[in-house]
Parts: sequence; C-alpha cells; structure tokens
Amino acid sequence: MAITREEVLHVAKLARLELTDEELERLTHELGAILEAVGKVAELDLDDVPPTSHPLELVNSWGEDELRPSLTPDEVFANAPTREGNLFRVPPAI
Amino acid sequence: MSAEITIDTLRLTAEEGADLLARKQLSAAELHGAYLAAVAERDPELHCYLRTVAEAEGDGVPIALKDIISTRGIETTAGSRILEGYVPVFDATVAARCKAAGMPIIGKTNTDEFAMGSSTENSAYGPTKNPWDPTRVPGGSGGGTAAAVSAGLAPWGLGSDTGGSIKQPSSLCGNVGLRPTYGTVSRYGVIAFASSLDQIGPVARNVRDCALLYSIIAGRDARDSTTVELREPVRLPEDEDLTGVRIGVPKEMNEAEGIEPGVAEAVRRAIELAAELGADVGECSLPRSIAYGLPCYYLIAPAEASSNLARYDGVRYGPRVEADGFYEMVERTRDAGFGDEPKRRIMLGTYALSAGYFDAYYGQAQKVRTVIAREHAAAFERYDVLVSPTSPTVAFELGAKATDPLAMYLSDLLTIPSCMAGLPGLNVPCGLSAGLPVGLQLIGPQFSENTLFRTGYALERALAFDPVPARLR
Repeated sequence: MAITREEVLHVAKLARLELTDEELERLTHELGAILEAVGKVAELDLDDVPPTSHPLELVNSWGEDELRPSLTPDEVFANAPTREGNLFRVPPAI
Repeated sequence: MSAEITIDTLRLTAEEGADLLARKQLSAAELHGAYLAAVAERDPELHCYLRTVAEAEGDGVPIALKDIISTRGIETTAGSRILEGYVPVFDATVAARCKAAGMPIIGKTNTDEFAMGSSTENSAYGPTKNPWDPTRVPGGSGGGTAAAVSAGLAPWGLGSDTGGSIKQPSSLCGNVGLRPTYGTVSRYGVIAFASSLDQIGPVARNVRDCALLYSIIAGRDARDSTTVELREPVRLPEDEDLTGVRIGVPKEMNEAEGIEPGVAEAVRRAIELAAELGADVGECSLPRSIAYGLPCYYLIAPAEASSNLARYDGVRYGPRVEADGFYEMVERTRDAGFGDEPKRRIMLGTYALSAGYFDAYYGQAQKVRTVIAREHAAAFERYDVLVSPTSPTVAFELGAKATDPLAMYLSDLLTIPSCMAGLPGLNVPCGLSAGLPVGLQLIGPQFSENTLFRTGYALERALAFDPVPARLR
C-alpha cells in the first residue's frame, strides 16, 4: 500500500512538521516502503483476539491524596524560550 | 585516603570497586577520577559521552547514565537538537535511586535521537564508535552506555530499551545488559519514546554487577503508576550449574534469515554448554512472534512516539524557531529540531493513528501483540528460559545501514518480540565472530529476572569470555 505525496503533506500537517520539499519527496518514498512492510499485520485474521494496550494487567494504582512539594515557578520556567511573568509567551495563534 | 593501588578501569567490576571503597583502599573521588582519566584518554576516539561530571557526588561506585534520563542540573538532550541546552530541574527516579545509593554520575552517554535507532548514528551529536573496532557501530540506541562500559569508561551504566536498545548494543559491545520486566523500573523522568514498551535497565561488565544494579533501581515508584513491586528480592547469582533449568530454543529465532553463520555457531556452542551444565534443553516454536513482531513493533512504537513527541513545540523548553504565528513557530521548531529518524517515526505513527487507518494499523497491531504474548506464554509452560542470538549480526560498519531504514530495523528482529510481551531479556556475551562479540539472548516470563541472572551467570563462568576489547588489552 503506497502513500501519496498529498497524504504525506496531510500527515505532516497533523504532526505539525513543516517539511522541506526534499524531505517530502524522501518521506513519501520511505513511508511507502515501511507501510508495505508493516502492512503484513493485515494478513492475520484476528477478529476474535482482544487487543493488548499494556503488557501488565494492572487495574488501578492507588496513592494517598496528600499535598507534596511541587516545582517553583522559576523552576517551571527555567528552560522556557520566552517567559512573561508566570506565563509562556508565544506568537499569536489566531 | 590515597593508596598505592592501580585501578584498571577495563577490568575492575563494580562489585570489586565497592569492595575497595568499603575497605578504604580508595576514595570515591579517586575511583571517579580514574574513570574520567580513561574518558580523557579514549573518549575522543569513541564518543561515548555527551558530557561528563567533574565532581564525584557520593561515596559509592560511579555510574554512566544514558542521556534519556533526566538529571537535575545536568543538561539532558535525548541525543536531539530539540532539547539542546535543556537542563532538567528534577531527577528521574532511577537517577535519584542511584544517587541515594551513593553513586556519583560520571556523565551522560550518547544515544540515537529519542532512543530511536540501532547504531547510535542517529544522535544529533555524532555517532559513538565500537571499542572493539572503531570503524563499526556500538549498536543502539544505547551505544554510548554499552561502549563506555566495554571501553572501561564506566563500571556500569543505565540504558533504556523499547525494542532492543539495551540488549542489542550490549551484544555488539560484548557486555551484559538487562531489559527488565515491564513495570519493575520507574520511567518517571525518563524522556518518553513509546510508553507501553519503554523500560530502563542496567548494563555492566558481568552478570552479578548487572543484578546488583537492577536491585538498586527496581521496585514500585509512586510517581510512575505503571510500576509494581518485585515479586521476590533480587538474588546475586552464585550457582555454577544449571541443574533443573529448562531451556527452550525457539526454532524461528535461531534459524531466522539474516543470522550470520558465526553468530549462529557461537550461540549453538553456548546452548551445548548449557546442556553440559545440567540444563534440560529442548526445541520450541514462536512462529508468529518472529514473522509479525517487527511489523507490529513498527506500528505501535511510532504511534506512541508520535503522541509522546507532540510535546516538543518550542513553548516550554528547547530551542525555538521564531515565526509570526503560533503554528508556524511550532512547525518550524519541530522541523529544525528533529532529525530524520524521529520525523520518520512521527509521520508513520501519525498516519497509523489517523482517521480511516487506525483499525487496520494500530488496532490490528495491538491484536498481534496479544498473539505474541500468548505464544510466549505457551512456550513458558514447558521452559523457564528461551535462548537465541540477541542480534542477527556482529557490529556492522558505520554508515552500512544509515540510508536504509528497513535494513536498520531488522537489527532488532530477535529482541523485539519479547519486548512486545513485556518480558525480561538478558544479553550475555558468548564468543567472538570475526573478532567481534556475539551476544546470547535469554528471555524469561515476567518477573523471572533471578532465573535469567542464574542462567547467565553459570554460562558466563563456563564460557570465560574476556569482555575487554582485544585492541585495548
């Protein structure tokens, strides 16, 4: 099952990646080959098999509801590219 | 306290180091300094470390940590430009447990970007070289830790394993690496790749050191709700025989296409030796685990990665590429910050999770995962341990697979199936092929680490493999 250049562009949009033209060409080719290889899972008839999302059969993991120290604002913003007060400053989204 | 003692970092085990410290024949600072001296001598060639820590903090045996593990106050990049300059303000639980045990950090080791790769060539900071032959890869993604341990640049270290990133580099570098049972080691503070698969584990020069380090990091952590307590305490192995151990040899994993003859031969000899040591050896079969394990993994791991790596958006950490609008900023930051392999996996995973494809790809892969777990469970009704080569090949040349993602993915053919089932796996060196280490993979049921250590230790004693690279002896 190949993937088209348009589909790759669409997926890049979903993944928030601005790809260069060269990357777009290469990824269209590479993803086509990889999807063909992984598409092999479709050969198995697994209608009656339940999915596994997690390797351990844990149901709930309880913890005490208690106050614990958390990060200070200065720690939270220590790695931020831009800070304004106690906010992350970003370019306008709309 | 200074002493007239020469430290051969290539041969000193962590257990011996701890003994020297306990008898005050050596200080922790001196021991740490001995490793830093070895780093200064050999790491310019090998590039195991992304950065080292000059001061020894702690009174114990020092350790190398893969740069996927958050360390408070020490830059942690996951081998990626998108985290360049990122200095965590907290310790991962495994780092905190090492510190609590008194272990100074020697440094942060190189990794394929976000632990995605099988050669450490995907690091944004340049590849690590194999200490047995620097024209070859150390394996990956944990090539930095594995090469550091083999080159005497650390007595032991921690790696992370999603589909083979501990076991495969240990195989290619000739040391002992454990991928623990899923859930026995905390992932809190470990930079996430594929959360239902990621595990942290120890790398060491021998099985006892590996078991000792596992005992230090394992156990439930309230900060990682997927963790559980060990079912029994870790036992440092002592038995030199394998009486009563039932070893299964999965046909498909030992006869798979692509296994080099020298690798198959070394593994076959190790299996014969296990029988001589008293193990009950028989053949078994895991047909669909091998036929469908790799495709299953390359749907589930990228799908989870595409979600985990969504957080790198230039807002809270990491370098930002400025733009007039928010989404342009995010898209440009991610294009500039991620290398080729993370981009490939983000794209593949996003596609596999997208509307119209979810059931056919991700949903089907999760069912295959059940099939793999059931096949292994059936094999463990008859056997305690399953054995195979860890890697189909010995260390390959730098660049040999760098431009062919599918060829690179095949490096993990034999390590992936047990990862899908959350099973522990141990790599033990079992010989040389063309002068390069061959690794034996031991797989057990969940929580069977003590059996793996026992089996690995008895084989290690009997095989008498010299873990010091021939060119460094």
